Amino acid sequence: MSWLDRLLGRNETSGQVAKQRLQMVLIHDRADLPPGLLEKIKDDIIQVIAKHTAIDTANVLVHLEQDTHENRLIAEVPLLAGRRNGRG
Amino acid sequence: MSAQVLTVTSGKGGVGKTTVTANLATALAMLGKRVTAIDADIGLRNLDVVMGLENRIVYDLVDVVEGRCRLRQAMIKDKRQPELYLIPAAQTRDKTAVSPSDMVLICDQLRQEMDYVVIDSPAGIERGFRNAVAPADKVLIVTNPEVSAVRDADRIIGLIEAEEKGPGQLIINRLKPTMVSRGDMLSVEDVLDILAVELLGVIPEDERILVASNQGLPLVMHGLNGSSAGEAFRHVARRLDGESVPFMDLTARPTFMSRLRTFMVGK
Ligand SMILES: Nc1ncnc2c1ncn2[C@@H]1O[C@H](COP(=O)(O)OP(=O)(O)O)[C@@H](O)[C@H]1O
Ligand SMILES: [Mg+2]
Repeated sequence: MSWLDRLLGRNETSGQVAKQRLQMVLIHDRADLPPGLLEKIKDDIIQVIAKHTAIDTANVLVHLEQDTHENRLIAEVPLLAGRRNGRG
Repeated sequence: MSAQVLTVTSGKGGVGKTTVTANLATALAMLGKRVTAIDADIGLRNLDVVMGLENRIVYDLVDVVEGRCRLRQAMIKDKRQPELYLIPAAQTRDKTAVSPSDMVLICDQLRQEMDYVVIDSPAGIERGFRNAVAPADKVLIVTNPEVSAVRDADRIIGLIEAEEKGPGQLIINRLKPTMVSRGDMLSVEDVLDILAVELLGVIPEDERILVASNQGLPLVMHGLNGSSAGEAFRHVARRLDGESVPFMDLTARPTFMSRLRTFMVGK
């Protein structure tokens, strides 16, 4: 990384990027999930929840996190109901 | 009394398994140990040329397995060391010519007469890998500080644990201290963080590795000073032999430019 990058606030080194990418890749490798599975899970979650309440489908996030003990599937589903100045 | 069988493996090709095998086998022999190196990369024989013994091959591993010669006849003696031998791979056959149980049998024979057997594994996770790992008492995983190599090392660590050969020990090869210090290469700590495995050694990038394999004279034999990679290999050999040797300091000395950068950006 050059000093120019630092001055411009691009302060992540390629080594750090490599480490983060590796950590993400390995969560998937270790959990032995087929590619595309998270997308499928996401679609299913959207369907199930949308049956009960309106959701902001474009901003649903499904991803994996890992701590020392386990892999965890995290789903974030923004609801339209109850938003301030809401559309819902 | 009985030899320890060390298997050098990596998953990914080209990370330095053959280089590590040649140098560790030689360095262990230089410690006065009786050592046999086995090239398990059948069809892609290489350890012989790296060790400079290619002109003396008469029989190979497959000849032993198929009963065309006795084990002793396939062991090429390295004349530069008192007790160093190589069993070369067959060049014109494939991995299916040898089975994991053949490897176990051969190593059991060698255990009586040797202190160490060092096996050079082929790349990949198929038959050749399983052949190499089957007789192992300890698996040495070679990786480079690079995304794809570390990813493959993680896979290998999982596989050797599944084969109950774990946990394995890690050799990080081709580290470039100047790249690490400017943040453009995974550091030793990064790799250990990710793989959570015991570190056996760190080998720096060193042009003399190539010079050494040009000459067929493993770097550890090139005299005692000047080469940090040679020194790092000798340290690994002593650690394997039970000595506790501190890790070399491979941090790059700050250059004028890096100090200037620190001055300007404060990091
Ligand atoms: N520490 C190092 N510094 C410089 N070059 C190296 C180093 N380790 C290995 N190499 C080079 O990398 C290449 C691949 O090494 P090799 O031992 O054949 O890998 P593998 O057996 O895993 O395929 C060779 O050309 C070798 O000389
Ligand atoms: Mg090789």
